[in-house]
Amino acid sequence: MRKLILGIIVLSVLNACNNKQNKLPILGNRQPVTKTVDGKTVVDTAYATIPDFKFVNQYGDTITQKNLNGKIYVADFFFTTCPSICPVMHRNMLNVYKEFKADDNFRIISHTIDPKYDTVQVLKRYADKMGLSGNSWWLLHGDKGSTYTIAKSYLQTVQEKNPAGQFIHDGFFILIDKQKRIRGTYEGTDPKEVDKLIADIKILRAEPEQALAK
Amino acid sequence: MKLKLISGILFLLTVLIVSCQNDGQIEFYRYYSGGSAIYQARCQNCHGAKGEGLQQLIPPLTDSTYLKTNKNTLACFLKNGLKGEIRIHNKAFDGEMPADSLAPIEIAKVLTYVTNSFGNKLGTINLQQVQADLIKCR
Repeated sequence: MRKLILGIIVLSVLNACNNKQNKLPILGNRQPVTKTVDGKTVVDTAYATIPDFKFVNQYGDTITQKNLNGKIYVADFFFTTCPSICPVMHRNMLNVYKEFKADDNFRIISHTIDPKYDTVQVLKRYADKMGLSGNSWWLLHGDKGSTYTIAKSYLQTVQEKNPAGQFIHDGFFILIDKQKRIRGTYEGTDPKEVDKLIADIKILRAEPEQALAK
Repeated sequence: MKLKLISGILFLLTVLIVSCQNDGQIEFYRYYSGGSAIYQARCQNCHGAKGEGLQQLIPPLTDSTYLKTNKNTLACFLKNGLKGEIRIHNKAFDGEMPADSLAPIEIAKVLTYVTNSFGNKLGTINLQQVQADLIKCR
């Protein structure tokens, strides 16, 4: 009898841990949606999603949201001549890249917030020097307006220039699931947060909803 | 009597040597610890906490041979920035390091830190050396 109770306790503790690890939160604004299913009215939740976009990657290929269908991805904002936090961010992002490079259902997209200087050629050079190959990590070029608009949908703030002449931007990595929903934001300059991002990507990949989505 | 005199002289000599060494050591640690703080604030973002650099974009600070060969121009690199190709660990780097507004004493401290960290061991680069080096900047 005592063994049984102990067994139940152990199981429930294990289960508690599992529950915690099995699902990531869904971030961003949400709205109730009333739908009619089988003649009954049900209330569902509509989560904020990333709207469609159109940018060009370091190879000169046009990238829209279609290219990310069926993929989990991480987004960030940077510029190649950034002397402050970008080298730290991309030193950390490199770990994410190495971890998931072989997974074709995973991408990293880095938007430049200085499209005037960071032309496609400049982005390609940057990618080469970073040692990036293939399509796992895209550096995206687009006009300032579209980049700044898309940044807002990732809950980011990017400002043009501060009086000191430097761009200000948040150093966040944003995790997006296959339904284009925001599942996590991570301080890209903090190696511990980036370790958590790597762990979270693994959790997200294992969610049944993600595994099935195409 | 003679023995006492000799041992007395020897004792004084030892004290002198030890205290001189300590002066050098103290100067080194003063520069090194000050340099560590400057490094974290001004250099670490790009060059990394372990001086590891970033791929082929930002050179590591671990090439002792390069640092030794260029010991007398390092101060100028910090003051005026660095442009053009350099070879570190036999790999080419052609990015640009921006000039920084460090004072000569800060340059001396941070150079002492860098050239005695990350596996480097070049000893103290003090203010006098930096001032002399800065005059010769091209």
